Amino acid sequence: MSKILTPNTLAPDFTLHVTADQTLSLSELKGKPVILAFYPADWSPVCGDQVALLNEVLPEFRKHGAGLLGISVDGVWCHDAFSAERKLHFPLLADFEPKGAVAKQYGAYREKDGCCERALFVLDKEGIVAWSYLSPVAENPGVDGILDALEGLSK
Amino acid sequence: MSTLKTPVTEEDHIQGDKNAALTLVEYGDYECPYCGAAYPIVKRIQKHFGKRLRFVFRNFPLVESHPYAGIAAMAAEFAAMHNKFWEMHDMLYENQDALDIPDLLRYAESLGLPADELQQAIHDETSADKIKNDFMGGVRSGVNGTPGFFINGQFHNGSFQYEDLLAALENADNVKSP
Repeated sequence: MSKILTPNTLAPDFTLHVTADQTLSLSELKGKPVILAFYPADWSPVCGDQVALLNEVLPEFRKHGAGLLGISVDGVWCHDAFSAERKLHFPLLADFEPKGAVAKQYGAYREKDGCCERALFVLDKEGIVAWSYLSPVAENPGVDGILDALEGLSK
Repeated sequence: MSTLKTPVTEEDHIQGDKNAALTLVEYGDYECPYCGAAYPIVKRIQKHFGKRLRFVFRNFPLVESHPYAGIAAMAAEFAAMHNKFWEMHDMLYENQDALDIPDLLRYAESLGLPADELQQAIHDETSADKIKNDFMGGVRSGVNGTPGFFINGQFHNGSFQYEDLLAALENADNVKSP
């Protein structure tokens, strides 16, 4: 298993495509907590459940003023179709070219499978990792850890 | 290992003996096909354990994925106010492909419940808070999808096939009374 970035590390900035003609940089979200959800693949069963749950709990994340970004190595058109089909209300970023470059910076890349780990990061307003969790790849980590971490930030 | 953060109380929908050694809590969504598959299995489990088991059902509707899950949960909560929760719960799981408002009103009528009041309750979202509380309690307890089961407060991180649930419950029973 990978060694993911641990708390108190500065989260590396990145710029990734969110649609074919739009990019998003982590630094644009500075000033509010950010949840990064790396996951192996659009459409796969476990991820489907995971994104469905993230999507459902999104209003709770927003109560904390937090932004949520999903990241996988899938391309923008794949993300686009997946997001539309699942009615997702948060952006999916394409860590597509060079493949997995951002995931690697976070220690969340599975070299042998060529995809992201299932890893969660909660960043504070300054972009420092406040909490991180590497889930077994076949296991949906739920969102309780994220909510606990966000509450920790609000204290 | 996730544990159940919201204890079972009188407010819950409970079947079985309240002093049972085993408590099975399900977080379920009426439109979820996996919950539909688990429904007859839970019935078999209840039959097997009899008085040794109490079963608790809590709402975990994934309304972004399942557009009828929310109103179906409201119909069950409405029935609960008339002491017909389990009748409605069963009716919904036995008719998962028909959970739109006219269907729900039909089920209410067949259970002798006032359909017009149900329609109003759905419109007013009377039970929205209760459903949301169930949902968030599940989320905070680590429920990651449906159906989510807890056995004596411990998250059941295995399959819900009959043999697996049975084994997990038997195991919990042995732990409880060695």
